[in-house]
Amino acid sequence: MTPQQIAAVKGRGIVVRGNDVDTDRIIPARYLREITFARMGEYAFYDERFGAQGKVKTHPFNDPRFQGASILVVNENFGCGSSREHAPQALMRWGIQAIVGESFADIFSGNCGMLGVPTIYLAKPDVERLMDFIEAIPGAEIEVDLEKKVVKYGDVEIQARINESMRESLVKGTWDTTSLMLEAKDEIRKTASALPYLTNFVS
Amino acid sequence: MTGKSLFHKIWDAHAVRELPNGQTQLFIGLHLVHEVTSPQAFQMLRERGLRIMHPERTFATVDHIVPTTSQERPFADDMAEAMMQELEKNARDFGITVFHPGSARQGIVHVIGPELGLTQPGMTIACGDSHTSTHGAFGSVAFGIGTSQVRDVLATQCLAMNRLKVRRIEVSGRLAPGVYAKDVILEIIRRLGVKGGIGYAYEYGGEVISRMSMEERMTVCNMSIEGGARCGYVNPDQKTYEYIKGRPYAPQGTAFNRALDYWKSIASDADAPYDDVVEINGSQLEPMVTWGINPGQAISVGERIPKLDSLQAAERETASLALNHMGFTEGDRILGKRIDVAFLGSCTNSRLSDLREAAGIVKGNKVAKGVRAIVVPGSQQVRLAAEKEGLDRIFTDAGFEWRYAGCSMCLGMNPDVLQGRDLCASSSNRNYIGRQGSPTGRTLLMSPAMVVAAALAGAVVDVRELLPTSQLARN
Repeated sequence: MTPQQIAAVKGRGIVVRGNDVDTDRIIPARYLREITFARMGEYAFYDERFGAQGKVKTHPFNDPRFQGASILVVNENFGCGSSREHAPQALMRWGIQAIVGESFADIFSGNCGMLGVPTIYLAKPDVERLMDFIEAIPGAEIEVDLEKKVVKYGDVEIQARINESMRESLVKGTWDTTSLMLEAKDEIRKTASALPYLTNFVS
Repeated sequence: MTGKSLFHKIWDAHAVRELPNGQTQLFIGLHLVHEVTSPQAFQMLRERGLRIMHPERTFATVDHIVPTTSQERPFADDMAEAMMQELEKNARDFGITVFHPGSARQGIVHVIGPELGLTQPGMTIACGDSHTSTHGAFGSVAFGIGTSQVRDVLATQCLAMNRLKVRRIEVSGRLAPGVYAKDVILEIIRRLGVKGGIGYAYEYGGEVISRMSMEERMTVCNMSIEGGARCGYVNPDQKTYEYIKGRPYAPQGTAFNRALDYWKSIASDADAPYDDVVEINGSQLEPMVTWGINPGQAISVGERIPKLDSLQAAERETASLALNHMGFTEGDRILGKRIDVAFLGSCTNSRLSDLREAAGIVKGNKVAKGVRAIVVPGSQQVRLAAEKEGLDRIFTDAGFEWRYAGCSMCLGMNPDVLQGRDLCASSSNRNYIGRQGSPTGRTLLMSPAMVVAAALAGAVVDVRELLPTSQLARN
């Protein structure tokens, strides 16, 4: 499998406000009861979007103005909690291709990187301005440029931060870590053979 | 030459190479697998025609979705049965060991790893579950990972990761009676915040940690992830070695003595540098209870729920959402809040010592009318050991339900769930909105002793008022 090179993501924005949005909120555990990820997109933010008997609640993911959006904008510590990859899978399968926020939980952003969904950091005031912009002009195009490390919207261009390893992998299309790491079979063997607990502690 | 911390020693010993993007290709010495986050990974291997590189270092069990009322197959829940069968099929096809329900070795993955002696100092450990940090109690470096990373570990026995910074958390003094490991970690998270640990490994030390049993250390390390730290660990010591000795997967005979040399060598050096150091006076800690929707929103049991204007601006919004969800008012007491459910279980607090401590408080008392109270041992072995001591009778005589091993009501993906707006006193690790299976359900995190005290009173109480006098005398 050769993953694509992702140098930039362009599309419409969608805003989910609030700090510490955990992965149980992104996808409640009862929707993990499936052996494939195929339907996860339907469950994104399920309990925040639907009440008892499927009653539709007010939520950006239900809002007709934001359907088809591909760039999610969030606040601090997004994706904290459970390591469930179902969370980024749900967002990706709903249509999200990049997430811009103040900060992300470690496991969550690692999982996003594995799926080719970049997590991009902006300072709080920049996130707030971007959120306000998207809510004011829902259809407007946002661009996340991974090569230049900038987020562009309207006539604004803001410098962003992104984990350098993630950026490099996405831009060069080397984010299939399984294939990449299998290239080093001999080195893997060498490392394993030097670990005492794999050699019955005989040095 | 300056010393090194355990984290960096283990990292360096397991580093296969630097990847072109600057990450480390890190060898994983033990891979634990469960039914929920693995089926998609096995499917990806099939699609690519790959095998497991080290099937003998890969062990599976079933915990998240299993019913805890009966382990008879087929499970009443079709989806649980389907996921169980999928795991069995994957284990057969790829040649890995499964600890089946009914095998006496089944249980929550973070309870059985240590219990079977699989978890050892100086290892790297991975599992598709964020509470993998638990295994750090043994002086290992243990990461929770997503499903694509499970695929990576299955296929390559490696993870691509960025090296973490290390924060030393020194807990000095002695814990007062009625104050437990759970209270220590809740205080740490309250103080450092739920995102304070992002980018860090937490090293726990100091007199309080040294005095803790291995099971208590597991409770502390378990919730590292709730503080944002991907892993947490305690340097191995005599207690660690004694715990491991004689367990089924522990090194046997003379190999055990050789193992000791390695285990001792990987502990942090006295002059190891840390990226950050935090000190906490353990003698001042009190029993803790969460009042909100993340584990950092905790207070000691006698305190009042914070007023919004006393909080920093960044915390105010989440606090306001929390008060709204919980139906609490700022400035309220947490003491006296009526509970509907009491849950004693989860990978945080379901081990024999937790059940013993709780049973000591329950003995001769009754669960309050209208409270649904369940005890879910972390593993079949814990269940059997508890039954041998008669703990099950103490609980059932008091009106608790006594269950089989599993994650149960920690996460609401099996039949054990809250109903409606139930308020649950819980020994688990997360009080997120909807976590215990009801979108409007509410969770108060606390120690096992505090959970059973609440079950008996029908409301949040200070467990120190219920402690047997023998225990007060002990300290």
